[in-house]
Amino acid sequence: MDRSGVQISVQDLTHSYSSRGPVTFDQVNLESKPGEVLAIIGRSGCGKSTLLHIMAGLLAPTAGSIRLNNIEVKEPSPKWVMMFQAPHLFPWMQVSQNVGIGLKFANFAEDKIRERVEKTIKLVDLEEFAESNVQDLSGGQQQRVALARSLVMEPEMLLLDEPFSALDAFTRASLQKDVRSIAKSMGINLVIVTHSIDEAVLMADRAVIMAGSPGKIKEEIMVELPEERAAQDPEVQKIRGHLMETFRQASTVTH
Amino acid sequence: MVAEIGTAQRSSVAVDVILMILRRLLFSAIGLGILFALWWFGGWLLETNPATMSFADFGPFPTIDAVPYMVQSGTLLDASQASGYRMGIGLLLAIATGIPIGILMGRSNVFRKLSNTPFQFLRMVSPLSWEPIAVIAMPTWDHAIIFLISMAAVWPVAFATAAGLAKLDRAWFKVARNLGASWWDILKEIILPAIAFDVMTGIRLALGVAWIVIVPAEFLGITSGLGYTIQDSRENLMYADLAVTILAIGIIGFLMDGVCQALIKRFSWHRS
Repeated sequence: MDRSGVQISVQDLTHSYSSRGPVTFDQVNLESKPGEVLAIIGRSGCGKSTLLHIMAGLLAPTAGSIRLNNIEVKEPSPKWVMMFQAPHLFPWMQVSQNVGIGLKFANFAEDKIRERVEKTIKLVDLEEFAESNVQDLSGGQQQRVALARSLVMEPEMLLLDEPFSALDAFTRASLQKDVRSIAKSMGINLVIVTHSIDEAVLMADRAVIMAGSPGKIKEEIMVELPEERAAQDPEVQKIRGHLMETFRQASTVTH
Repeated sequence: MVAEIGTAQRSSVAVDVILMILRRLLFSAIGLGILFALWWFGGWLLETNPATMSFADFGPFPTIDAVPYMVQSGTLLDASQASGYRMGIGLLLAIATGIPIGILMGRSNVFRKLSNTPFQFLRMVSPLSWEPIAVIAMPTWDHAIIFLISMAAVWPVAFATAAGLAKLDRAWFKVARNLGASWWDILKEIILPAIAFDVMTGIRLALGVAWIVIVPAEFLGITSGLGYTIQDSRENLMYADLAVTILAIGIIGFLMDGVCQALIKRFSWHRS
């Protein structure tokens, strides 16, 4: 796949779960360049997961819009796919069946499904488990299957809702690195919602801090680091410290 | 070395499995032996009591003697086929009605709340009590019996389907929608495979109930089926034939239950 990603425009996005209920977030504006990895950081309850659900077309906004290269996101589509906190795999299926299910929904031909599934399973290093039942895999492997299930659709935008929070530190680190490099190689825009500043620094090109109630974008920080990043690198530590301080200030001002 | 250990482990597992099967067979054989002994004792009591000796043909040995005649004359096969046909149609109707009802109960709060009390009420009504109404409402006795079987079998299927749906992970639907699934895709690829185990368990229960109901349902109005054969044998004082028919009902029911259990195992995706 030879692509460079899409321009994402979030304009004046406002959301409330009911007409009389509190506003989840208000007048959110965001831009993301083609192929960029954008991290949205915020405390629990600031509306970052809701924002991601709206970006995936799984929830409708109260006002405002999201556009991918001028195409408005109004409903779920294989072009914008979300990966959740838990893998939520279909336990009666094998790994390959789980990975190919989205292509089946999209009425792809059997041989095309097989070809794409094989390629994607290889990409996430699960070739030897292709015919295994997903219940026989570890948590990290299951999350890799969920990643493959999203990637196989060759989306333009992949939305990640704290996808590694339930994993151990080693598995998390390896997946963070792999997801970023796969997205870059496939030209997919990544939007990651996380409450981990480390994760944002290790994965993102840019981080935005969301805070308050209703939630608002408070700060925006460029993460200008080389592709190869390690938590102990001085540059990584420096940006981490800056992000941490900005996050603390944004949260303090709000609360 | 590793290969040798692997082979040794596999052999040990195979031996354990064989021993487990043999143990299970032994227990079944002993259980059947006890049942046969009780049957023989019952027959002996009937035979030795002058007041009941005319019923002595209920005992195991006269029954075994009657088996060749019942088989060779075709009586048993014809009766089984007639009952099997009625039960098959009745069960199919129950499944075709019960699964959609169960899906509605499991997916729609309003439908579940509306239907819970009337369905629980209907479930508690003995299926045989519908017989007079069925005879009036249906064009033939065959139809009436099929209706009774459907009435008996529909509830286990519907409630098991609803219970299966209640256990589903709601996030699966979100994932499916996220991947572009239509309503039909969700039903075909997610709901049905996910609840197949529960539906099969419901069908197994339904089959048991239907098999119990069919015998008394065939006592009246028709001239075929296992229920009719029992009634006919009783009226003609052919107690050995009656006992052979009871034996056949038990064996057929046991075999059908075995098929259901195999299917349940086939559709089960839960890890113990």
